[in-house]
Amino acid sequence: MSSEHIDEISGITTTGHEWDGIKELNNPLPRWWVITFYVTIAWALAYTIFYPAWPMLSSTTRGVLGFSSRNDVKNELAAAEAAKAKYVASIESKSVSEIAGDDALREFAVAAGGAAFKVNCVQCHGSGALGSKGFPNLNDDDWLWGGKTEQIQQTITHGVRFAADADTRQSEMPAFADVLQPEQVAQVSAFVASLSGPVKDKSLIEPGAKVFADNCVACHGENAKGNRELGAPDLTDAIWLYGPGEAAIAAQVKAPKNGVMPAWVGRLGETTVKELAVYVHSLGGGE
Amino acid sequence: MLDQTQVERLEAEAVNSAKTRQPLYAARKKIFPKRASGRFRQFKWLVMAITLGIYYLTPWLRWDRGPFAPDQAVLLDLANRRFYFFFIEIWPQEFYYVAGLLMMAGVGLFLITSTVGRAWCGYTCPQTVWVDLFLVVERAIEGDRNARMKLDAAPWTTRKLFLRTIKHATWLIIGAATGGAWIFYFADAPTLLREVVTGTAAPVAYVTIAVLTGTTYVFGGMMREQVCTYMCPWPRIQAAMLDENSLTVTYNDWRGEPRSRHPKKVVAAGQSVGDCVDCNACVAVCPMGIDIRDGQQLECITCALCIDACDGVMDKLGRERGLISYATLADYNANMTLATAGGTGPVNPALVRTPSGSFVDGLAHFHLGKIFRLRTFIYLGAWSAIGLALVYSLLTRERLELNVLHDRNPQFVTLSDGSIRNGYTVKLLNMVPEPRTIEVTLEGLDGAEMSIVGMDEPASRSFATQVEPDRLKILKVFVRQPADQIKKPVQRFEFRIDDKASSESAEYTANFNAPEIGK
Repeated sequence: MSSEHIDEISGITTTGHEWDGIKELNNPLPRWWVITFYVTIAWALAYTIFYPAWPMLSSTTRGVLGFSSRNDVKNELAAAEAAKAKYVASIESKSVSEIAGDDALREFAVAAGGAAFKVNCVQCHGSGALGSKGFPNLNDDDWLWGGKTEQIQQTITHGVRFAADADTRQSEMPAFADVLQPEQVAQVSAFVASLSGPVKDKSLIEPGAKVFADNCVACHGENAKGNRELGAPDLTDAIWLYGPGEAAIAAQVKAPKNGVMPAWVGRLGETTVKELAVYVHSLGGGE
Repeated sequence: MLDQTQVERLEAEAVNSAKTRQPLYAARKKIFPKRASGRFRQFKWLVMAITLGIYYLTPWLRWDRGPFAPDQAVLLDLANRRFYFFFIEIWPQEFYYVAGLLMMAGVGLFLITSTVGRAWCGYTCPQTVWVDLFLVVERAIEGDRNARMKLDAAPWTTRKLFLRTIKHATWLIIGAATGGAWIFYFADAPTLLREVVTGTAAPVAYVTIAVLTGTTYVFGGMMREQVCTYMCPWPRIQAAMLDENSLTVTYNDWRGEPRSRHPKKVVAAGQSVGDCVDCNACVAVCPMGIDIRDGQQLECITCALCIDACDGVMDKLGRERGLISYATLADYNANMTLATAGGTGPVNPALVRTPSGSFVDGLAHFHLGKIFRLRTFIYLGAWSAIGLALVYSLLTRERLELNVLHDRNPQFVTLSDGSIRNGYTVKLLNMVPEPRTIEVTLEGLDGAEMSIVGMDEPASRSFATQVEPDRLKILKVFVRQPADQIKKPVQRFEFRIDDKASSESAEYTANFNAPEIGK
């Protein structure tokens, strides 16, 4: 394009491009646009000096500001840890009941324990800690091993019937299928069910009480209120770990299930276990 | 009568006039507005003093709210999410008051525009006020219009460099003061000033000052009228707001035309001549670079400085003021009809004047009655209705509130004695800057009692708790109902809170869930 093309109508030069008779006028760009354009170029060049940008053989140029998003994350995490450090140190040094008695510490421990619960405990106890058949509900006021903060801490630390931990909560309901006759099982089941609700055949209650007195009081107590030392459940209340009703009770008498909870201290550490204990205690059933 | 010698003719070009309007890619032609003097200029000085005074001084006003709240009269406390305006304190959930004020500002703008035209643009818009302020600085340092034009065209000398440096430095100082004043609305002003000066303020304060310094300098010093013409949407919208009864700055060509620079010669030649002597005073003072004699145009912000300029010339000539005046389109059209004999010919000044030289009686003049028309009443009505609703709502609003969140997981818990427990998060909002003792009570739900986490008290149907001034208190409440009192799976009941001291109260209806009977 050596010669200038001039549009005859407007008198403005054209780009020399023509499509089916349509020519493109070579109007200058708006000044603000041009200025903005140059500013963006200058900005982009300056950016590559200050921030990591140009690809080199093994890495990129670092940029004079030394920015790194990995470092940012690291710093933010460190800052978060530093912000928590005060509380974590107190939790490490204090007992769980001291933690529960301090408003600020309790609030922190409940939040931290709640987070740990959602990662480690919900698989069995459920997201609302409601449990299910065989897995205790942690919201209620019925505790097999005690509902004080220290007792909960002990249970979480060492687990229940967890063979790998020497200090684990240990108890075992024997299977009575070989000891008792089937009618004795029916009788004792009716008796136990009658302690917290109506039963179908009231004539079974009296012989059942005798079977209970002969076989069960050693652990469950004469009044059937259970024994926390042994993890023996209270049989007079409305809460049934393996289900309510005579059939469920009979099944548990004949071939009992003995659930296992792992010991958590090795995996989570003492601080997190303390936080979990305070959290579980705060769910409403804590003693 | 028409003594030409008294009137200075100015070589002024209306650089933004529609006739010479430039394409968008052309460089801006600078405008050098001449200093005007007169009624409207006086009024604009006053408005400038008031608006700048409000802007710079408001954060420094104090207002005693007692020991538990800040004593700054106007404070947007973003960190604590509180807005203080004298005796009013607004929490974030009461933001509708601000929305209401914005609606009033919008409708108010319609009302003002439909009656007196672009008064907002001409007098109170921050862009107008700050450009005016920047022009004061420019005039003080470089001189009035002619001196500035000469300096601008002159080659760079030490003197020019000196004057320009002083001017831009002063502009930057004003810009910094503008940004500096802005930040004081968001924190305690004396404390923040000390922090800013000692370099200990939050980075956001410095960034805000820097950004507002930049925008003030660029908008007020560099871009000026371009902000109004190209950036602001209001000049486009206001065309829809004006009607034939709205006041606008108008060149009354029914008395001005035919204009002549040498009226005596024209009169001597036996031709008619209007009042306009084409002295260009109106063009020279215009900060928008237009010629008002071209008629109403988008660029005109109705600052009325051309009225002042023209009135000065008319005074010298011994003519009536008001060749350029605030007039409505209706009046203007009526007078044009008169001056052109019903539109049959060109403007003939003789038609609007009696032989003795005074105006004929039939001329239309603006009178206040024209403000009162259906449209303005509708705007005024809407504006007042919103205002009254806000005032009513403000006077009757609750300063003690209660929010209850029912636990969803678990929805209910069966306890060992068979009773059912539900958990609630109860939020007590004490919205006054004083500590209060609040009594929380259960209403309904037979036999139920509640216990509050962290409170070592036996379960009961009523609790008293302290709430800190101007704070929200969150309570975790467990409500327990004996098995034999449970009537249905979902029961409704009330949480009630009372402040015995002020006899304020609030209620919240909540649900109590239980397993279905028989399960």
